[in-house]
Amino acid sequence: MQLQQAIQELITKMADDELVIGHRNSEWTGLGPVMEEDIAFSSMAQDKIGHAWALYRILHESFGGSDPDQFAFLRNAQDFRCCHFVEMPIGSYEFSLMRHFLFDHAETVRYQSLSGSSFTALQHLAGKVKGELKYHTLHADAWVIQLCTAGADSRQRMQSALDNCFQLAGGIFEPGEGEDLLIAEHIYPGEAALYQQWLNNISPVIEKAGLILPALTAPVYGGRKGQHTQYLQQLLEEMGEVFRLDPEATW
Amino acid sequence: MNDSLDPRVNRLRLDKNDGSFKVEEGENWNVFEVFHQEKRGAHHEHVGCVHAPDASLALIFAKEQFGRRKKCVNLWVVRSADILAFDLEDEDMFANNPDKTYRDASGFKVMEKINKFKAQTK
Repeated sequence: MQLQQAIQELITKMADDELVIGHRNSEWTGLGPVMEEDIAFSSMAQDKIGHAWALYRILHESFGGSDPDQFAFLRNAQDFRCCHFVEMPIGSYEFSLMRHFLFDHAETVRYQSLSGSSFTALQHLAGKVKGELKYHTLHADAWVIQLCTAGADSRQRMQSALDNCFQLAGGIFEPGEGEDLLIAEHIYPGEAALYQQWLNNISPVIEKAGLILPALTAPVYGGRKGQHTQYLQQLLEEMGEVFRLDPEATW
Repeated sequence: MNDSLDPRVNRLRLDKNDGSFKVEEGENWNVFEVFHQEKRGAHHEHVGCVHAPDASLALIFAKEQFGRRKKCVNLWVVRSADILAFDLEDEDMFANNPDKTYRDASGFKVMEKINKFKAQTK
């Protein structure tokens, strides 16, 4: 695999993760547990879509890819490279919060590693999203600790959410084909290194919350190869419904 | 008998008022006043309030309620109950202020002196 192609695959999977989780989290808008949280969670969902857009723009501007909106809204599920974790329906609030916690720490680790990337467009983006991600993980950590220390029932629900999320979260770090090349060229350090750093970052919070971290025995892979759950196509149809009415329209 | 529609109130079992219920930390949310700082060194200005279980979550909520548009470098939150204020009926303590114009700082004429001093030190 050529380096250029490997970089595009890295950017595509990152962007697709961001777009899909951004859409999923936005499904809570108007339904959040309290008004303040509703606004915060929706605002962070918007940030994710913004990150996806910035990444699609890199594909468009640096690699001659299609227009970001067209790329986001007109592809079918098998052309997406997001992990199964972000595709899952929002479920209960503890599921969505736990996914937010696990995903945003993974995202933070990824962008931190990209702040030293030899690919300057990614390096710049890493600097730009740093402050946003700091807030996202601060928010996630505070909620996880708050709910895990709010009584036995609450802690148990958070533990179940963690158990339900963990193998799926492992799928964020599914190894990719061109990874060795990306590592050799100092584009990014590779999925295994990111996974280790992610564990290092979430462990103190998990411990403080009194949760038990499951072992990663069966990470849910496939998304990076275009194999997806039934939920992705449904999501894409809903997300692109208005756009597809007139793909040439200017917004 | 308590017939509140708020689950947080119903959880307290106020109808069983034999002192047996205990309010867990974080169970009843407080109101926190939010103060916004536009740039370093500027005053924090009161902008509104948020509901939160504790101060750290209040600050996290305040960031999205009051710090996601326009310029902001920091926020303060303080529990509304911790603010001591005069009663409304004590407003008469301030009633004669408009008459005491001799207390207005605008009465001091210092600009001439300041300009003279500046000219000297040039």
